Amino acid sequence: MVWFSGMWLAIGLLMIVTLLFVIVRNGLSLFWPSQVVQIELVEGSSAAIQGASTLAGEVRKRQDKRVLDAEGEVIPELQLFVGNRDAYGFGFRYVDQSDIAGQTYPNEIIVAERVEYGDLIGYPVALKVDGEVITADAPGFRERLKALVAESNRRRHEIEEIEKKKIGAINQEMQKLKLSLRKAELSGLPVDDLRHSIDARTATLQADYETLAKEASTLRAAQKTDLLVCRLATGAEREIPLGDLIHFYHPNELSYPGRVAHFFGGVWSFLSEDPREANTEGGVFPAIFGTFVMTLLMSMVVVPFGVVAAIYLREYSKQGPLVRAVRIAVNNLAGVPSIVFGVFGLGFFVYLVGGSIDSLFYPERLPTPTFGTGGIIWAALTLALMTVPVVIVSTEEALAAVSRGAREASLASGASKWQTIRHIVLPASVPGIITGLVLSMARGAGEVAPLMLVGVVKLAPTLPIDGEFPFVHLERKFMHLGFHIYDLGFQSPDSEAAKPMVFATTLLLIALVVVLNAAAIILRERLRRKYASSAF
Amino acid sequence: MENVNNLKEAKTMSLPSPSPSSSADSAPVPGPIRRPDYIQVRKFCFNYTPDVRVLHHITMDIPENEVTAFIGPSGCGKTTLLRNFNRMNDLIDGISHEGLITVDGQDIFDPNLEVISLRKRIGMVFQKSNPFPKSIYENVVYSLRIAGQRDKGILDEVVERSLRGAALWEEVKDRLQQSALGLSGGQMQRLCIARAIANQPHILLMDEPCSALDPIATAKIEELIGELKEQFTVVIVTHNMQQAARVSDRTAYFYLGKLIEMDATKKIFSNPTKKETEDYISGRFG
Repeated sequence: MVWFSGMWLAIGLLMIVTLLFVIVRNGLSLFWPSQVVQIELVEGSSAAIQGASTLAGEVRKRQDKRVLDAEGEVIPELQLFVGNRDAYGFGFRYVDQSDIAGQTYPNEIIVAERVEYGDLIGYPVALKVDGEVITADAPGFRERLKALVAESNRRRHEIEEIEKKKIGAINQEMQKLKLSLRKAELSGLPVDDLRHSIDARTATLQADYETLAKEASTLRAAQKTDLLVCRLATGAEREIPLGDLIHFYHPNELSYPGRVAHFFGGVWSFLSEDPREANTEGGVFPAIFGTFVMTLLMSMVVVPFGVVAAIYLREYSKQGPLVRAVRIAVNNLAGVPSIVFGVFGLGFFVYLVGGSIDSLFYPERLPTPTFGTGGIIWAALTLALMTVPVVIVSTEEALAAVSRGAREASLASGASKWQTIRHIVLPASVPGIITGLVLSMARGAGEVAPLMLVGVVKLAPTLPIDGEFPFVHLERKFMHLGFHIYDLGFQSPDSEAAKPMVFATTLLLIALVVVLNAAAIILRERLRRKYASSAF
Repeated sequence: MENVNNLKEAKTMSLPSPSPSSSADSAPVPGPIRRPDYIQVRKFCFNYTPDVRVLHHITMDIPENEVTAFIGPSGCGKTTLLRNFNRMNDLIDGISHEGLITVDGQDIFDPNLEVISLRKRIGMVFQKSNPFPKSIYENVVYSLRIAGQRDKGILDEVVERSLRGAALWEEVKDRLQQSALGLSGGQMQRLCIARAIANQPHILLMDEPCSALDPIATAKIEELIGELKEQFTVVIVTHNMQQAARVSDRTAYFYLGKLIEMDATKKIFSNPTKKETEDYISGRFG
């Protein structure tokens, strides 16, 4: 029996370890620069791109292909990431091993990350700067290219700054003015004076906007003036505006330390940047932040709610068939499919509660909903409702475990029941309550289905917490790592290209849950030492 | 400075007081008995459920500032009676009682009486020492804290007085802020005594306070009980007849929920009226 039970545990562990290994390996491969191979194809190969007999790319996969007409026969093939989606119309190419006539790893080839169309893979030929042409064999070409890319990055940040922050602020103020006018109109008082002052202010804002917009369009034009001429492996030459390049490197020249640096740079930009190109490129920072904030909000709701309910059930209610039935119902609540909670959250929180808030406090914004649409607060409340049984059950257990001796000692000292609960029972139950919180966070952070109905979006323009008054925007929609995985893997235009991103995001979600749980567990151990139960 | 003086006073005061064993031997008890019927029990019956009656028509008087011991075999109801004095049995569902218990002339089952105010006047020490998982200091001042006392000076004073009263001050005065769970078993029980007397109760109930302790710790607590009766009316439940003989002034013998005999300890142990008592005391039964 020892062996039998041990075997099942071992199988379970093996499955978990394998799963983690697959996720870690595939996720981290996104950041590790692989070499670019240039392949000479044999005559008449079906893998040829635009009739050219050479192609270059990163080998992503080696697999066996079953041949349709010959039973049981398999041919090895390579999956090549060839990039240049703008030129080819696709990003991947399968090449039969038998079609390969020769392989080289040319040093001059570059991989460049662009703002659009994914990576560029090709040979730099020349730079066209201010009408001047610098060829690739000219001395200092690489340094020049690097400097120009850095400059274009700086310009891009500047454009972003203008468009997002400055113009955003103007838009917001105009919106606010419009709303205040509408509010005044709704109140039924004469509004002519207000309208005049608002019109005047709007005119100045409009003028400011024009200046800024002009500034931005000048910068945008500057992004397009300088060009990088590139020869693709197929032989075609293309001119890429330098403003499109984010980062480039020579994959076949990278030393080991260079690769490591590239790896960590990639990890950092993945963690800290906003997504680009329908989320398939760039980082996932808004999703990390959204998941984190939503989980914290959920914890802040679920703990008081669950603990108070458990105190009533365990300490105050008369233990009888009714309480037993309530307890069974609470436990079963944990088994309700999460999408049902999503539907409930949409119907109750979003439409009923949110809709009422809108009509009471934001009538001037209607019909545009403020709280009456999905938002991070509704998502947190829905998940809190979903995970509250976990907290109730574990809190009840913790309360029941507090020794009778301690309760009696407190009561005999003249404490009331509530004082006994507050000073003796609750502090001793804190570790158990935190255990419940850990379990509910683990479940809540990984949940996707209900969130899709109550506030998660593919791309949120703003974060739920930012520097703009009142700093915490509970009504905003948000991004979530779990939904991001679903979106990348199953909703993106090029799911093959997004696959490593899916794994990396999964890894990140697991890491986030681990970090949140570890924090809670450390807190619990601290408290447990403080409130160590009696020596008996 | 004041503390040092207090300490001297306390020592000189405690020195002339007779040791507990001698007080049990030499009747009548020295010092005035202030009220011979401080706690009155009249025809008191107690049921855990309507069918299970554990106390049958108990009638007794417990005098003020004396040590009264309850003895008897297990399950005879002595702890149940003790726990009725501060209504700790209220926690149990389905209990009922008949008859009357008064403390200082007041009916403790009076519906107008707040049970919390009753418990503030009656301290209790349990069989298992049950210090809170807090510091020694916080354990002692617990009853004052929940009564809303915040004055640090008063709390400090209470801690010292109570710990001295429980003969624990010298051992723990340097580590008052450390957890009470780090104390030894005997120290913990004395801490519980200190906690019970912190709020200056009139009565101290002790439910087999030494049953989990070794002989040395037991001797310390027995000595302490002799000192405590200067200030408190002590009721102690014990399984140990020698202990009852050593510490108490009066002894009540219970059997199967009935009070068989109650008299001065010396009389009970030397010349009991009832045969059952004699059988129990001489060890022929129980």
